[in-house]
Amino acid sequence: MNRLSLTQAFIFLLRRDLTLVFRNRGELANPLLFFILVITLFPLAIGAIPELLARIAPGIIWVAALLAAMLSLDSIFRSDFDDGSLEQLLLSAHPMPVLVLAKVCAHWLVTGLPLLIMAPVLAEMLGMASEAQGILLLTILIGTPVLSLIGAIGVALTIGLRKGGIILSLLVLPLYVPVLIFAASAIENAALGLDVSAQINMLLAFLFLALSLSPWATAAALKMSMS
Amino acid sequence: MSNTALLQINDLSCIRDDRVLFEHLSLSLDGGQMLLVEGRNGSGKTSLLRILTGLKLADAGDIFWQGQSITRLGADYYEAVNYVGHHDGIKRELTCLENLRLVQAMGKPAPIELDDALEQVLLYRYGDTPVGNLSAGQKRRLALARLLVTESKLWILDEPFTSLDKKSMDYFQGVFEQHIQNQGMVVMTSHHEMVMPGPSLKRLNLSE
Repeated sequence: MNRLSLTQAFIFLLRRDLTLVFRNRGELANPLLFFILVITLFPLAIGAIPELLARIAPGIIWVAALLAAMLSLDSIFRSDFDDGSLEQLLLSAHPMPVLVLAKVCAHWLVTGLPLLIMAPVLAEMLGMASEAQGILLLTILIGTPVLSLIGAIGVALTIGLRKGGIILSLLVLPLYVPVLIFAASAIENAALGLDVSAQINMLLAFLFLALSLSPWATAAALKMSMS
Repeated sequence: MSNTALLQINDLSCIRDDRVLFEHLSLSLDGGQMLLVEGRNGSGKTSLLRILTGLKLADAGDIFWQGQSITRLGADYYEAVNYVGHHDGIKRELTCLENLRLVQAMGKPAPIELDDALEQVLLYRYGDTPVGNLSAGQKRRLALARLLVTESKLWILDEPFTSLDKKSMDYFQGVFEQHIQNQGMVVMTSHHEMVMPGPSLKRLNLSE
């Protein structure tokens, strides 16, 4: 028998990770619940001032998405690290960056996609201008994969540390900030009826940069963490 | 330098926390040979094995596989290697069969039916059981089943007999002997005495 092609191995690992999450459904709900809770708490704390809420809605939604993504980062590699599966992946006959990409994709499908689905409801709740809502979804669609990809590098670097959580946030947050700035600014411009192509192009540039660099950096960092 | 042996270790050193675990270690291993690494606890057996897999970097020295440095070979080397370490490396949420399929997907599958492999490691009726429900010994047998379902020349095994009962130990000892007879190679640490015909067994004691 021959070994699997690269694409087959990618799909196999992606499906494995999705199966694992499906059998551990509690983990799936965590980041999404956090996202919803944080956003629903804002109107309660600030008060029902529709103009104010609509004004700060892009910022709230994006900050909540960013924190939800960060909260879920550790799960990309944690269980594989703990039970030795990560060693076996590193020793697999397939190139590690491809396997890393499969794992990050699975992580995004599980944590990023639910945010994308939930966001319109929350935007409506905060009274966000309807012209801005489409752009909100677009920024989340482009932005959250960047968060997962960058986060994977941070997790790979800190996975061997016992208390890696704080270092992880310090490492990853500064890199998240540009995504946050351009995404929020795009939504704001859209609400004012201005052109948003510059911001969207920047976000796309981040995505392609992260897609092309992160798997390699993550694979190298994992290798370092294992030795 | 003549690297006639398949696996050649040159002048290897490993230092951990300012303590020298071993240094200037050189040896070679060829097809049909087993290397039994011995030594007391903390003498660097696991470190040596992890260095051999390429997971850990040596502080000095080189390892050559078919005359080429393993750090250069990367995935080409991993295709020839099967490693079973302290951790079983199996997912407790997946069933036995799913785990073995994963093992095959990540390596070079051997021409064997997965059901047969499970039967051989005495887990026949557990194919659809989540691994989390198995006992420690059963998990170990499943972890070692990766040796049956993938094809590889060099087996690197860290305490493979941990939590195994007498019957399973005898079975896997037979599997190792068979692999050696088929010109395979085994590097292992074990506190159990291995019975092997003389020339095929090499010993390395790290405590001396």
